[in-house]
Amino acid sequence: MILKPGLRLRSQVGETEMVVIKGSGDHELACGGVAVVPLGEPVAEGVEMASGQDGAALMGKRYTDAADSVEILCTKPGPGALSLDGQPLEVKSAKALPASD
Amino acid sequence: MNIAILLDLMADSFGDRTAITDDRGSVSYADLRALARAAGADLATAGSATLAFADVCSVAVPTALFGAAWAGAAYAPLNFRLPAESLKAQVGRLDTPLTVASEGLTPALGTPAVSTSEWQDRLERVEAGTDGGPYVDDPGNPAVILFTSGSSGSPKAAVLTHDNLCSYVMDTVEFAGAGEDEGLLLAAPPFHIAGVAAVLTSVYSGRRILPLPAFTPEAWLEKARTGGVTHAFVVPTMLARIVQCMDADPGLSVPTLRAISYGGARMAAPVLERALELFPEAQFVNAYGLTETSSTIAVLGPEEHREALASGDPEVRRRLASVGRPLPGVEIAIVSDSGAAVEVGTRGFIRVRGAQVGGRYLDSASSLDDGGWLVTGDVGSIDGSGYLYVEGRADDVIIRGGENLSPSEIEDTLLRHPGVAAVAVVGVPDAEWGESVAAAVVLTPTLAGRPEDEISDELAGWVRGHLGSLKTPGRYVICDDLPLTGSGKVLRRVVRDRLAPDGAGAPISPGSVEPMKGEAL
Repeated sequence: MILKPGLRLRSQVGETEMVVIKGSGDHELACGGVAVVPLGEPVAEGVEMASGQDGAALMGKRYTDAADSVEILCTKPGPGALSLDGQPLEVKSAKALPASD
Repeated sequence: MNIAILLDLMADSFGDRTAITDDRGSVSYADLRALARAAGADLATAGSATLAFADVCSVAVPTALFGAAWAGAAYAPLNFRLPAESLKAQVGRLDTPLTVASEGLTPALGTPAVSTSEWQDRLERVEAGTDGGPYVDDPGNPAVILFTSGSSGSPKAAVLTHDNLCSYVMDTVEFAGAGEDEGLLLAAPPFHIAGVAAVLTSVYSGRRILPLPAFTPEAWLEKARTGGVTHAFVVPTMLARIVQCMDADPGLSVPTLRAISYGGARMAAPVLERALELFPEAQFVNAYGLTETSSTIAVLGPEEHREALASGDPEVRRRLASVGRPLPGVEIAIVSDSGAAVEVGTRGFIRVRGAQVGGRYLDSASSLDDGGWLVTGDVGSIDGSGYLYVEGRADDVIIRGGENLSPSEIEDTLLRHPGVAAVAVVGVPDAEWGESVAAAVVLTPTLAGRPEDEISDELAGWVRGHLGSLKTPGRYVICDDLPLTGSGKVLRRVVRDRLAPDGAGAPISPGSVEPMKGEAL
């Protein structure tokens, strides 16, 4: 799938929704081991999570690959670990900044 | 990415939550999105590439900001306090604008200008759908056009792209990170970058917006006490007046207020120290940024404020006067006038780069250099721990006999005198020294009414005792008020003109450039 900032996606194994906020190019983005689909497109029925791909995406958290080239924001939480081209995405732990506006 | 996505995501995830509460009532994120979509459709029908907005803050502000984004148009909030002629000139610089303005301004602005209430009524009749998307997605497009206050010259129209603003919001704010009880008292005017950024970050974090259409310290305190306000952003002149108001009425307190951020101009140290005492529970955040940088680029956080205030170490205590350290993704460096890096602690020009830095102006090429740096026009230094100290505009540094003097240090010293309510220190032409130091002073009752010679001697003695004779102003002009920009910056060129030898004796009128006085902000 061609990723680009602003692209909104959803999981096929649960309720998870996400948006690409950084990175672009052709990548396999998956939730629970199953490719995610653009938000609004049909979701395949009866798809099961792949083994070893359990976990969860948490509301408002940002997930990134090891090279920090792609960043995904979770906008609706749900089951299943996020992965990019077969590699797990990790939560980007940013120190919370104080509100300044 | 289009900034419309900031609202779209909240409307999808927390559509029922309250986005904003103004005089007309509360509007949820889902309803705000429907309004923005209607505004976008209305703009497209009009064939306009820009939505100009000249009114106080209300739900119309996020409607206009996100509505323009939905249509792929630019949002240009204008300073509604400017004379109609100046406003008309600004509108004239915009690409095919649709102008939404306060009732009183529309006749003077000409067609197609529509009053805010008429526009809001019209949007209710637009069929645009209530769900998300689609919006024009061209990240390099102008999202917001802001006319700078012109404290150093005629107004420039700074352009911020969707990418600049999305980078700022998404890199510094956690999506839906605010608690359901959180509310921001929005007193920054819509045409100020802080007013724009506050709308974007509040929506993305899920913090309810409580606009204060016209600032007075009494109205601010009233709304803060009764509206469930947890967060507030103020410019220094606002905080100074809030502090005065609270000092006059020791019963006043705002127990719900958890966080006060301030910026927009330099904060006088005595005001900040008093505010920290008056709001012992609140977290203080000093934000430094420019219109051209999509708001904040450096912050001094709450712990740093308290730590500095409590410290006996002069180096740590001094940090109260700093603007903190750069935000993630932002690089700040100090360079000499030749552009070379300077040593730690040395004063120089402040420059900045990062994805949130625009550096573009309407009708001119990018002002970023080949390395992507924007020279801010401010001077300052960075200490060994990375704290940035901003001294002011490069143009304001006083050069007396080859010695560089910072007006801010002299102003802070004068403000500590009980007889001084406000002060602006400037350099004026001097045959012997190149420039000499002069001060425009607003007095408190402690000194008011005393003979001018006596006041001058008293103040000169005070500064000499603290800073030495080199930095002591040689001339003092007593005035009723200082000329300020909308964000509370002193219009130094006006003060300078009046204090120059050939301008001697002319009164300093606060209305001479912008009708900015008293209640106005």
